Amino acid sequence: MSIVEFRNVTKAFGKVVVLREVDLNIEVGQVVVLIGPSGSGKSTLLRCINALEEINGGDLVVDGISVKAGRSNVRVIRQEAGMVFQQFNLFPQMTAMQNVAFGPQHVRGHSRAEALEQARALLAKVGLSDRGSHYPSELSGGQQQRVAIARALAVKPKLMLFDEPTSALDPELRHEVLGVMQALAEEGMTMIVVTHEMAFARRVGKRMIFMENGKISVDGDPATLLSNSENPRLREFLQHVH
Amino acid sequence: MEFDWSVIEDAMPALLGGARLTILITIAGLVGGLIVGFVAGLMRAYGNVILNAIAFVYIELVRGTPIVVQVMFIYFALPVLADIRVNPMTAAITAIVVNAGAYIAEIVRGSFISVHKGLREAGLALGLPTWKVLVYIIGPVAFRRMIPPLGNQVIVSLKDTSLFIVIGVGELTRQGQEIMAANFRAVEIWTAVAILYLLMTGTLTLILRITERRMRIL
Repeated sequence: MSIVEFRNVTKAFGKVVVLREVDLNIEVGQVVVLIGPSGSGKSTLLRCINALEEINGGDLVVDGISVKAGRSNVRVIRQEAGMVFQQFNLFPQMTAMQNVAFGPQHVRGHSRAEALEQARALLAKVGLSDRGSHYPSELSGGQQQRVAIARALAVKPKLMLFDEPTSALDPELRHEVLGVMQALAEEGMTMIVVTHEMAFARRVGKRMIFMENGKISVDGDPATLLSNSENPRLREFLQHVH
Repeated sequence: MEFDWSVIEDAMPALLGGARLTILITIAGLVGGLIVGFVAGLMRAYGNVILNAIAFVYIELVRGTPIVVQVMFIYFALPVLADIRVNPMTAAITAIVVNAGAYIAEIVRGSFISVHKGLREAGLALGLPTWKVLVYIIGPVAFRRMIPPLGNQVIVSLKDTSLFIVIGVGELTRQGQEIMAANFRAVEIWTAVAILYLLMTGTLTLILRITERRMRIL
């Protein structure tokens, strides 16, 4: 069963075309790794899924709802598709706990007590039980990103979108975030991950998509593509990121 | 010349009465100014073309003209134009509302748009409607950033009330002027007036400092 369906999707910023007639189906439970040179459109593709970017042509259906179906439907899509950003984007005036509890309370309409209970459990899950009362400014990048993952999970999404979740982190902090993501994948969460972490792609990814100039140019099994791809540009790209 | 303390002693009740009026105009004017400023500022930051244009014209009209002209217009021209009679006190308060409102609008707009757009996206990505993102996420961050410039505006508005001498409101400067006209003790009277203003603005500065310290600017 597909949960994300790109049908001939085109996206342009002014005159710059970023996505060119993209067709793509993503199945429930898949862990898709999205790679490609900068400017190839991978982040934009991800941001179209939860309608942070508006598509210009074609159609994009997420969990049975079109991103073009109006504001209230878009809000439903966003509740089903959690997003984790490169820059974490935690709410700075709230503690870690309040950040995680915010979604359940204001999006799902849970009581404060319920929301905090859930937040406690999620912070434990990402290994931050003892950091609930800390403000984002008091946490390391890796901790902030794990709180951000917990915040997205708190809304109980069916699908998680990761936009370069480790690119802003020091190398020694990356593994803690990747570890949380791997655990999530092993639980069967559907995930679409824009990343340059090839080791993670090989270990956790079930499908790898290589984008170039707004198009999907290679789509296949991560292990196969990483060890011997027939596409010369993918091979060249992999040499540069390795 | 000799500094005659008894002059100040005699003048003090009248001067304090004036200071009270100054504070009253400032408070009433700023309460209105904050409301007008928030509405106009948010219209500028998030309104459609029409709302944006209305707020823009208002702000530019006010910022482009002196406050003395504004209060004269409200007090002398409005009755002729629209047959609205206002007493000096109402005119004074209205002038602060209109004037401070425009400056506060720019403060509000600046603070809201200075908040990193990632926070807005993070809020929207959770599935929140835009108004909730503004109220719960952007608003609290923006509000903290408004405190220093708002404090500045409060002090400016308080001092601007001295210009209402032109329409005969009995605020502090006017009181000083009247006493001075009777006893010609310029040094004593204007020293006392200046010190009273300093006491008021000094208190404001202190409150501002404490507020800033208690609220971390994010």
